[in-house]
Amino acid sequence: MGLNLTRSDARATAVLPVGASGEPRPRRNILALAVAVAMAAALFVVLPIGLAGQPYWLSVATNANALSVGALGLWLMFSIGRIDIGQAAFAAVGGYTTAILTTRYGLSFWLCLPLSATAAAALAAVIGVPILRLRGVYFSMITLILTEVTRLALLNGGALTNGAAGITGIPEAALLDTPLRFYLLSAALALFAALLTWRISASRIGSVFRSMRQNEALAASLGIDVTRYRVIAFALASGLGGLAGGFLAQSQQNIFPATYTISDSISFMLYCFLGGLDYVLGPLVGAYLLVFAFELLDALQRYQALLYGILMIAVILLVPNGLLSLGRSRTRR
Amino acid sequence: MQQILFNGLVLSASYAVIALGITLIFSIMNILNFAHGQMFMVGGFAAYYVYGRFHLPFVVGLIVATIGVGAIGVLFEILFFRRVRRAANREENSILLAVGTALLLENLALFAFGEKERGVPDVVDGVLRVGSAYLPAGRILILAVSVALIAALLLFVQGTKIGRAMRAVAQDREVTLLMGVDIDRISAIGFGIGAGLAGLAGALLVTLSGVSAGMGTTITTKAFVMIMIGGAGVVAGSLLGAVVLGFAEAIGYALLPGSVTYLMIFLALIVFLIVRPQGIMGKPWG
Repeated sequence: MGLNLTRSDARATAVLPVGASGEPRPRRNILALAVAVAMAAALFVVLPIGLAGQPYWLSVATNANALSVGALGLWLMFSIGRIDIGQAAFAAVGGYTTAILTTRYGLSFWLCLPLSATAAAALAAVIGVPILRLRGVYFSMITLILTEVTRLALLNGGALTNGAAGITGIPEAALLDTPLRFYLLSAALALFAALLTWRISASRIGSVFRSMRQNEALAASLGIDVTRYRVIAFALASGLGGLAGGFLAQSQQNIFPATYTISDSISFMLYCFLGGLDYVLGPLVGAYLLVFAFELLDALQRYQALLYGILMIAVILLVPNGLLSLGRSRTRR
Repeated sequence: MQQILFNGLVLSASYAVIALGITLIFSIMNILNFAHGQMFMVGGFAAYYVYGRFHLPFVVGLIVATIGVGAIGVLFEILFFRRVRRAANREENSILLAVGTALLLENLALFAFGEKERGVPDVVDGVLRVGSAYLPAGRILILAVSVALIAALLLFVQGTKIGRAMRAVAQDREVTLLMGVDIDRISAIGFGIGAGLAGLAGALLVTLSGVSAGMGTTITTKAFVMIMIGGAGVVAGSLLGAVVLGFAEAIGYALLPGSVTYLMIFLALIVFLIVRPQGIMGKPWG
């Protein structure tokens, strides 16, 4: 039941305020607060204590948190009805921003992290204006190509990106000297991304986004500046991708053009709809499930990519609304 | 210069086979076949095993690749896409499903064939010299087979009953159903032919550039570039897109270092789409 409130109501019509569909607004807010607190407790109390003294598993959870941030961004693109296969491109942009600024200019990682998000968001806003005019599969095609463009650009970036050799030896950041501290930062980022995504989807902008998914032309006819809103969505989504990329570059201390490929873009998508596209928590659940499942099932690691493919098809055919929708149908019907 | 033009011609012709396949599937089923490059790759492996390993005639390799990959396409349609189309919930699902099939096919191939790149010996020997250009007989063969194939396919789609049904489905699914056409059957045939074309293109080009399990995404990306240039779902547009890409690639490879060519092509594509988002021959939306 607790999950219901984070559900962005798929049936909400055009620009109805959130409170007018689904539950009354105060109740939704209280439930939202409860979920946020539960999530914070899980991220900051349960997991760190449960994994205390196991730096390996802590780093797995750190990874899941960082990937969740990127997936939560992508979720915003799903909420405006666009299938964005370019999230890995923006993670790469964020990663290289942090890598270049820390190694070449000696900037502090703590400054580079927000700059990574900003750089990715700014880039998305600029290229978003032309490419967001493309709809449906056309947008999917161009974002897929975008992932490839970014990889090739980084490969041919000369002295700035150091070509195929990438950037290695990113210095350790102040305060981030133990796995636990890395974990806590990643948890904070994941919580921030989840709250931001939830806040947006529960606000008027969220309703606008959903109206655009249902019918962009109709939304435009109601006076919504769809061009502006889809650029906003793309910039926010890509900004979170850049944030994830910046963090991952720091935690791995290196980055290469081949770090982010089309299959990473696809993995971000998989996290989203494994959890469920109707739920803000979907990407988080999806990322945690997949990242941990493959670490736990050691023997399966060799088959990871193959199982991702099978899983992707199985989820669409069997649970098209994601795993979180299973809980809902049980409690409701 | 003549050499570049000849190379561009060969590339254009074989790319046209790829573009036609993906266009056929897209216009009939309204599904973008993300697995097209992976199907191309499977076709390449079929030809590698039949011709390169078992030393059967190359023609047998082409036939096995076409029928084998065509069967994969029919299977995908029956097992996956048909069910999603029936459920008709979110439009996104068919795109995601197509991405899933690409992932599946690529990783199955990685297991079955390994990561190693494979090549085959030349099918025909000899080099023709025209002016300053060298025309290897193998490339002329690719050119001839591709052109013959494109002509045959266009005649099939224009002249036969099944072809007419396909064009009808592409125009209006529901009305075609009302006219008594078995849409499921036509869809399966369409997906099969489209996939078969991908397999055949892969088998043809294995003689030129070899085959490896990881090459699928590159080919899919190229197919996307072609249909975005020409206009998705338009047959003439896809042929035009193939010619543009084929020549751009031939010229680029002659003048620019390695991966810069595709970087330039992609950037040019994005600029082009700002001016004409629906492609050269596509219909504007809305």
